[in-house]
Amino acid sequence: MSYFLELVGSGLTRGSIYALIALGYTMVYGIIQLINFAHGEIYMLGAFIALIVAGALTIHGFSGWAILLLAGLVAAVYAAAYGYTLERIAYRPLRNAPRLSPLISAIGMSLFLQNYVMLAQTPDFLPFPALIPEFAFMEPVAHIIGSAEVLILATSAVLMIALTVLIKYSRIGKAMRATQQDMAMARLVGIDVDRVISFTFVVGSVLAAIGGVLVGSYLGQINFTIGFMAGIKAFTAAVLGGIGNIPGAVLGGLVLGLTEALAAGYVSSAYEDVFAFGVLVLILILRPSGLLGRAVREKV
Amino acid sequence: MPTLTRHLLHAGGIALWFMLLALPLLAVRVDTLHNVVEWRWGNLLWVGAGAFVLTLLWRSMAAWRQRPSKEPAALATAAGRLLDEPRLYRPAVGLLLGAALLLPWLVDTYQTNIMGLALIFVVLGLGLNITVGLAGLLDLGYIAFFAVGAYCYALLNTRFGLGFWACLPLGGLAGAVCGLLLGFPILRLRGDYLAIVTLGFGSIARIVIENWENVTGGAQGIAGVARPGLFGLELSLAGMTIYLYYLLLALVAVTAFVTRRLQHSRIGRAWVALREDEIACAAMGVDVARTKLSAYAFGAFWAGLVGVIFAARNTYINPNSFTFMESALVLSIVVLGGMGSIVGVVLAALVLVLLPEYLRAVAEYRMLVFGAVMVLMMIIRPQGLIIARRKRYRAREAA
Repeated sequence: MSYFLELVGSGLTRGSIYALIALGYTMVYGIIQLINFAHGEIYMLGAFIALIVAGALTIHGFSGWAILLLAGLVAAVYAAAYGYTLERIAYRPLRNAPRLSPLISAIGMSLFLQNYVMLAQTPDFLPFPALIPEFAFMEPVAHIIGSAEVLILATSAVLMIALTVLIKYSRIGKAMRATQQDMAMARLVGIDVDRVISFTFVVGSVLAAIGGVLVGSYLGQINFTIGFMAGIKAFTAAVLGGIGNIPGAVLGGLVLGLTEALAAGYVSSAYEDVFAFGVLVLILILRPSGLLGRAVREKV
Repeated sequence: MPTLTRHLLHAGGIALWFMLLALPLLAVRVDTLHNVVEWRWGNLLWVGAGAFVLTLLWRSMAAWRQRPSKEPAALATAAGRLLDEPRLYRPAVGLLLGAALLLPWLVDTYQTNIMGLALIFVVLGLGLNITVGLAGLLDLGYIAFFAVGAYCYALLNTRFGLGFWACLPLGGLAGAVCGLLLGFPILRLRGDYLAIVTLGFGSIARIVIENWENVTGGAQGIAGVARPGLFGLELSLAGMTIYLYYLLLALVAVTAFVTRRLQHSRIGRAWVALREDEIACAAMGVDVARTKLSAYAFGAFWAGLVGVIFAARNTYINPNSFTFMESALVLSIVVLGGMGSIVGVVLAALVLVLLPEYLRAVAEYRMLVFGAVMVLMMIIRPQGLIIARRKRYRAREAA
């Protein structure tokens, strides 16, 4: 039983990271129907920037929480800047191009960013400092769920609630929902659609970067390729939950994380990805609009 | 404010922004082992200067493109007519084929070998062009069919001693069958869901190959695959390279010919109709399910076929040749070339495969440049190098 709980704990942790990244995918897709392939790289950039900042701060004698907060903050700010620039360079000029063009542009950007980090830093795996301290009160259950896992779960939960509030109640959130429903109509009622799209990229990038910082510190090492697989998994999570649907992305992430952890624990860790994609394929065949997505009836 | 100053200021601002962006990654490197922070300010200056110059270039180019001018349009139609006119393109194709035939005798073995690799991707591009370019079914796991062909030959050859020529059609068939198997469950899906499911299938195929060690040899792959025979002749390495080159060239010619004939056939027109509008297509009485399945099967067939040649050419295969990056490369070939355009796909395959090979001098930077080129190409010319043109039918006048 304790083994099962341990798997559930690690599955939920993994799943909440997927969910953080998946939110960026799903928001962007909801608004401009683009699979932002470079989104995984933003997550990787976030982890790298946090690593650099944390390294520099450690050398200058900072400690524990200060490093985690500062590194996370800088990573989030930079990821936001990168996300914004990415949209301006690679996607905005293609707003009216055929569907496949922005997708190719996104794949190109993903390649570019991966190689940029590889050349600027290193092609090797870098050890990531364990920024998350061990909590004393976690001692009795430490063999089932670690402090890092609890912190990741808590942070993700807070961020997701904050995002929901932002989208439900703020002015820009309202504008985002309007743009998602009908871009032309949103423009007609005076919404600056370009600004809304930029904002969406910024928010998605911040979430992804925080995911990167948490994962780096949880797994203990990063390199320039981590964004690719995480990106694909997160996108899978987004589709699983019903793409364009924000609670769906969270649910999809958690389901995916749990599936992977249980499959790795009880079947074989080599085949965990097969199970992840298998679940996706099954859901798409049985319920093509995703778990929470509403089936759209096409009108002719 | 005069325009020049405004331009300069704008470019300066962008340069500053990019320097800021590059600051943590390019200028700082932390050595955690020795506890030192290494500052590399020089890099930042390069980024700033580069961004400044590129912005100015981009702006002047944008201004130049906006100038009203009829010339490019006229040029485009002229080029288009060249591709339409049999009296013009037939000699052109003949000339190109002649040049391709002579090539191995003009350059050394290394160059011929690289050309061979490029030709493999030409066939892959032409195959995917059927699925994506003509039928409009996005496939991000196409390379799996290539893997099926390659492993089909490698296994049949090393386990059962079957020869290359016996396996060539088997590889193609295996690819086509896999295409059908993949096609069945995803008939109902559209657009981006299709993309992610094919991506998933592609990954599953690679993971299975990587882990099914008893059969596929796992990550070690399969070594000692026989090269193709030529009536029992013993060929030197150089001779073999040339032989494989001609083999691939022939396959390219066959693929291009067959695809072209298919494109204008009943089924090809059904594919294009499906791409343009699935509902209208069904309303016109086209069997959508059969059309989709045939598009997958035909596309996968060529990948399986060329996979056999790939295994025979390398004599060694492992899962690393069949990653998502290869699928992305083939998809880029189709899109850069211009969806549905055969000439465009051939051109794009040559550019995309040869460019990184010849950029090996600056090997470290080639993937960086490659990514940037993909983005730039989409912005400047999203329709691809060559725009596919519909065949026009003219009523023949009675003599």
